[in-house]
Parts: sequence; C-alpha cells; structure tokens
Amino acid sequence: MARKTKNAPIKPRSASQHNAAPLTLINKDSTKPATIGLEYMTYEQLDEFGRELDVVRQRVLDDLGQKDADYIRRVIKVQKASEVLGRVGIFMPFYWPAFVLGIAFLGLAKILDNMEIGHNVMHGQYDWMNDPMVDGKRYEWDNVAPAQDWKHGHNYIHHTYTNIHGMDRDIGYNLLRIDGDQPWYATHRFNLPLAFVLMMVFEWGVMYHGVELDQYLQGKITKADFQARKKRAMKKIRKQVFKDYIAWPVLGLALVPFVGWWAPLAILGANVAANIIRNIWTFCIIFCGHFPAEVQTFAEEDAQNESRGQWYLRQLLGSANISGSKPFHVLTGNLSYQIEHHLFPDIPARRYPEVAVDVHRLVEQYGLQYNTGRLSKQMLSVARQLGKYGAKPSDPYKIGNSPESKALRRAKREEAARRAEEARAPQLTS
Amino acid sequence: MGIIRKALASRPVASLTSPHTIDHYLDQIDPMLAAENVRARVVKVVQETGDASTVVLRPNGTWKGFTPGQHVQFGVEVNGKRRVRVFSVSSSRAAKDGTFSVSVKAHPDGYVSQFLHRELQPRTIVHLSQAEGEFVLPREVPDNLLLISGGSGITPVMSMVRTLRDSGHRGKVTFLHYARSVGDEMFSADLDELAASLPQLTVTRIYTRQPGPGDLQGRFSIDHLKHLGLDPADTLTYVCGPAGLIASVRDTYDELGASDQLRMEYFKVPSVDLDAADATGTLSFDDARIDTDNSGATVLEQAEAAGLKPDFGCRMGVCNTCAIKKNSGAVRHVVTGEITANTDETIKICVSVPVGDVSIAL
Repeated sequence: MARKTKNAPIKPRSASQHNAAPLTLINKDSTKPATIGLEYMTYEQLDEFGRELDVVRQRVLDDLGQKDADYIRRVIKVQKASEVLGRVGIFMPFYWPAFVLGIAFLGLAKILDNMEIGHNVMHGQYDWMNDPMVDGKRYEWDNVAPAQDWKHGHNYIHHTYTNIHGMDRDIGYNLLRIDGDQPWYATHRFNLPLAFVLMMVFEWGVMYHGVELDQYLQGKITKADFQARKKRAMKKIRKQVFKDYIAWPVLGLALVPFVGWWAPLAILGANVAANIIRNIWTFCIIFCGHFPAEVQTFAEEDAQNESRGQWYLRQLLGSANISGSKPFHVLTGNLSYQIEHHLFPDIPARRYPEVAVDVHRLVEQYGLQYNTGRLSKQMLSVARQLGKYGAKPSDPYKIGNSPESKALRRAKREEAARRAEEARAPQLTS
Repeated sequence: MGIIRKALASRPVASLTSPHTIDHYLDQIDPMLAAENVRARVVKVVQETGDASTVVLRPNGTWKGFTPGQHVQFGVEVNGKRRVRVFSVSSSRAAKDGTFSVSVKAHPDGYVSQFLHRELQPRTIVHLSQAEGEFVLPREVPDNLLLISGGSGITPVMSMVRTLRDSGHRGKVTFLHYARSVGDEMFSADLDELAASLPQLTVTRIYTRQPGPGDLQGRFSIDHLKHLGLDPADTLTYVCGPAGLIASVRDTYDELGASDQLRMEYFKVPSVDLDAADATGTLSFDDARIDTDNSGATVLEQAEAAGLKPDFGCRMGVCNTCAIKKNSGAVRHVVTGEITANTDETIKICVSVPVGDVSIAL
C-alpha cells in the first residue's frame, strides 16, 4: 500500500542562531556535536576559528563599494566586447587569422560570462549593488544549464554540504569515482576516458546534473519537481542551440555569394569550437577545486550537529586552490581561490586574494592543511586520482555490487526501518 | 528611431543575444542607448524650499511619457549601490523640450531624497521605470474639478494643474492645498503665478499650524468645501497626501454619498524607526497580500508561519536561494547585526529579521 511516509519530526533550528547546522544536518537522535576538526583543535578553538572568519567576512562586506561595482562592470565590458569581436571574427571565414581570432574571442567571452560574471553573480556576490544586470536572482548565463537548477545544486547543495558523501552530489558527479569512500562500480574502470568525454561536453554534463534524474529515481525528489527541471532544461537547450547552431550560421548565408557554400558551416563550426574551449577550461578549473589528492571528504555522521566553525573548517579542508597570475585568476572566475570561495561564497570574488591573507594566518595558527598548486600540478593530481580510484579495490566493502556491500546496505535499511517502527510504537499503543 | 528601437527589441534579435538582451550590449556603448531600459540624464536640480527640490530630467527614447498624477521609480547610484525610490512627476505634460521633472521633499532619514537635495549633479544618469499609477486625470476633464493635496502630496497635483493650464482647459478648477506653514510649502511662487494667470482656477492654501486671517482654518472639514461653494456630489475630486487627510476626505464623501467622485493617492513617506524593538510593526507580504504582526523571527520563518512557501536552501545565509526583494522597511541581519533600510533591495530572508514595518515582495 502506498502510504505517504511522514518525515521524522526534526525540530527546525532557527536560522537566527546562525551558529547552527543547516536543517538536514541535525541528528535527530543525538545532540552530540560534530567531530569535524577535532584532530586540529578543540571545540572552543573551533568556535573561535568560526568567529575570526566571521570577522574577516564582515570586514569585506563593510568595505564593499564603488571599486567592486566598477570592477564587475569592467569585466562585463570586456566580456561583451570580446563577444562582439568574436561574432565579427567568425563571420570572416575567408581570412583565417580573423576567423581563428574570432573563435578565441568567442571562447573567451563564454568563459568570462560563465566564470567571473555568471558563477559569481549567481552566488549573489553583487546583489548589494541592486543593479538588475548583476542580480543573482535574474542572471542567466551563456550555458545550456538553466540558472535556476544550477543554483539549487551548486549554491545550496554543493556549498552547504560540501564534500559530504551521500549529500554533495558534486563528488564525482555520479559518473566518476574520485574518492576512496565512494563505492566502486564496473563503469569506474573507464574513469579517465569518461572524464575526457565529460570535459568536451561539460556544459551538457552540468545541465544533465541539474535535471537530477538520479535523485528522482531514488525517490528523493518528486515527479513534478523532476519534470519541471526537465522542462526548464529543454527550454534553455532550445534557446542556446538555436542561437549558436542555427541563428548565427543562418545569418552566415549572406556570405555564401562571396565566400562559398561552406560559409554557414564554418560559422557553425566556430560556435562549436568556442563552446568546446569554454567546456575544457571550466572542466579543468572545476575539477581542480575539489578533486586533487589530499582534499578531504566527510561522512554524514561526522558533520551532524556541526557548528559554524566546523562548517568553515569543512569548506577549507574540502577545497583546493590553483596558483597563477592575475589574468589567470580572472579567467577562472577567481575559483582558483576555491578555498576562499567556499568560506565566503557570497562576497565579490575579486576580494579572495585579500581574504586569503587572513586564511593563511589561521591555517598557520591551527596547523591546518591548505591545498594549493599550479594548474598543471593540480590537473595531474586529479588525473592520478581518477586512475587510482578507477581500479577495482581489494576491499569488498568498497565495491558497490559485492555481496558484502549489499548485505551492509540491507542491514542499514533494516536498522532504519526498525527505528521508524520504534518511533511509531508509542502512537500505536496510545 | 522608433522602428530601429522596435527592431532591436524584437524576438529575432533577442534570440541572437540570448540569454542576454540587446540592452546589455547597448549599455556598454552608452547607458542612454537602449531598446527597453529607461534612463534619463539630470538637466538641473532646483531647490524649491529648504528641504525640497525639483529634478529636471531628459529621458532617453524608451520613455513613453506620463499622464499627470503618475509617479516613476527613480534609481540613483551612490558608491556602487543603486537606490530606488518612487517620486511623483511634477511637470506639465505639455513641455515641448523633451524634459520632465520630479519633485521631492527631503525626508530627514531619506537617503535618496537627501542625496537629491544636496548632492545630485547635472549630467548624472539615473535609472527610471516607465511612469506608473492610476491617480490620473480622465481624458475628458469635467467642468468642475477639485484638487486637494496635503504636504508633499502637492507634487502629482502640480503636474495636473500645470498640464491643465498649458492645454488651455476652460473648466472651473479648485485647488485646495494644506501645508503646515508657509515655510513648509513647496512651489509657493508657482502657486501664486498659477492663481494669477488663470481666472477659472481658484488656489486656496491653508496652513494648519500657522492660522491665517481668512475664514478657512485648520484641517480639512466639510465646511471648507461649503465655503468654497463646492458640492462633492457633482465635483470630480482628487486627493493626495498623508493618510489622515485622505481618511477625513473619504469619510466626508462617504457620508454625502459622493465617494464615486473621489480619487485618492496615499503619499507614504517610508518611515523607518531604527531603534524599534525587533518584534514591533507589521510585516507585509505584498504579492500574497498578507499582513502579519512582526513576531521577531526571521522573515523566512514569519513567511512560513503565514502559510507562504518561499524558496530556501541552507537557512544560514550562505546559498542565496531565499534572496528576495524587500520593498520597504528595515531588516537586521541576524549574524552581523547590520541594519539595512533601503527601498527595493535584495535581502536573504533566512537571516533577516524585520525592524518595525517591512514589506516584502513575496
């Protein structure tokens, strides 16, 4: 009989106690505080750590003003200029240097739109400006993933439950095994080739991830929710595909008398190339953010009832930076400062170098690990991880389909059912 | 220009610039250049009284004009932050030079009105909406018209009177204005000039805190209309001003069964009491048309308690899922304790508690 199971009565913690775990991370059976970070510091020190980071955050918020507004508008100006240059350049397939430069400019425009502008604006980093053009609620990016669903999966799920197994869907994106605590399945043998394919079509991967088919199949989201996601994705895909692969190439028909029958195809190809350039770049930057070796992941039990200090610490230990020059940081959307970004996701990204100084101070003070390195080093580390965790582990409990794992999962299910039964028992007797 | 603008705002162009609009691109060339965004350049700022000013604006081609009595959202950027307020248009529609003006009385705590009054420079670009509001004269103005205003509620009425003058209206118009004192009165010189230049216009000014020599004294009452020889039943009446004035005019008209002749506009100065205790005032969810007594909890919790289901995520001020427009009032950030009191700003409702009266776009 299909009976609607009622959620356990979790007492919602008031958001006005900011120093409290987000809703679903509260352990309803225990008030035991989370264990994250105890190997580095005491609970008092964790609270102090949280307070110090809150102070840093407030210092930046108090200082926001004209220069931050000027900065993001300058980036938007460069982005728009390179987009126009790119579109003009790819309309010159008869002169290959302009054509190639056009592809490069268009790729650059898409990278800037997705990273330094889109990603950061959609985090609400510039909401304080009250300018509709940089409003996190309204911004839509040049990418097939609809902003709304990306924001849910990224801003909320990924940034709140960062690197918690079973909660953060961004650990391996349901496709790759990147961490020893993920169960191994046979497809993970192809970790590296799958990652390569994902790199080439990354925007489509992000879109597919946001549709949350896996969550629907597991019964974690409703059918209505899933179908709304699918509908939004289809709408966005239609718009993006029409623009890049139909409308602009059709305009290229005007070139046919002068250039030849292949002009629209050249423009179509240039659009594909620009999108691939953006896909490769964003894939690299994003994979280097959480997947290099020594980045820590967490079990749900470790994070239950965590404090704000522990939440901060989890962000710090679960992210990795990429070192580089200033233009490099802009091209990454300052996600090369992934650690600072995860600590303060909603302060303008141009401030991350500045707060990194404070983060370094705290890292030294508490003897924490601060994962950073050049792009080549971090990429190599990610590739090694993919290779390493793609191999079949010897421990049968780490293999998703082994009899041992199945028995373990069954035991867990039965335990949960028993607890639910117990919780229901008093109602039955009364 | 109209055809070009229409073409630029069309769907084919939008599909080429998707997900952005053509204005995102035109804006990079010149902010005044736009297919849809309404912008205006400040021509001059005229100080009306010690605390009131008139801003003369030259809008770009997207501006569709106004009907006297309407207001406009006026956004000005100060230190990177756009602050938006609603101001009434005060100029005549018949102006031929392509400008119009808004008039504002500087509120002691009003950041924007103070900024306008003291710092706004000519040539500044301001961000506008199209003119809005239903408090407008009918297309055919009847022969008997009464305009009542109180305090800074005079601004939309000024626009009406000036337009009637410039369009050569022949009917009888009575303009009854209440101000605290002569010093508080906006447009004093203009009122004198209007009264002198139009024989069919009667301008009567009553100073509520500075009784004059005439027969008309104090706040609005039916006697004032009787003295002016007006019968509410056959006089189309417009009233704009503070809630108290409007209430007494409305009650009078209701009693006389003349309420169908009355058009009203509340002139609400957003009052923000920063010292108010957390659990005072009213929290209004404007879109849902629900008002609740502020319980002191976060806006999100109060919205949920009122039966609304706003989007939320982390409930700790991180993910921005719950960010929503606050139309007016002040909120305190529960972590930082910071109070923000801007009109039309985006707040994260999971970490904001209302301070006094607040209205939210929910």
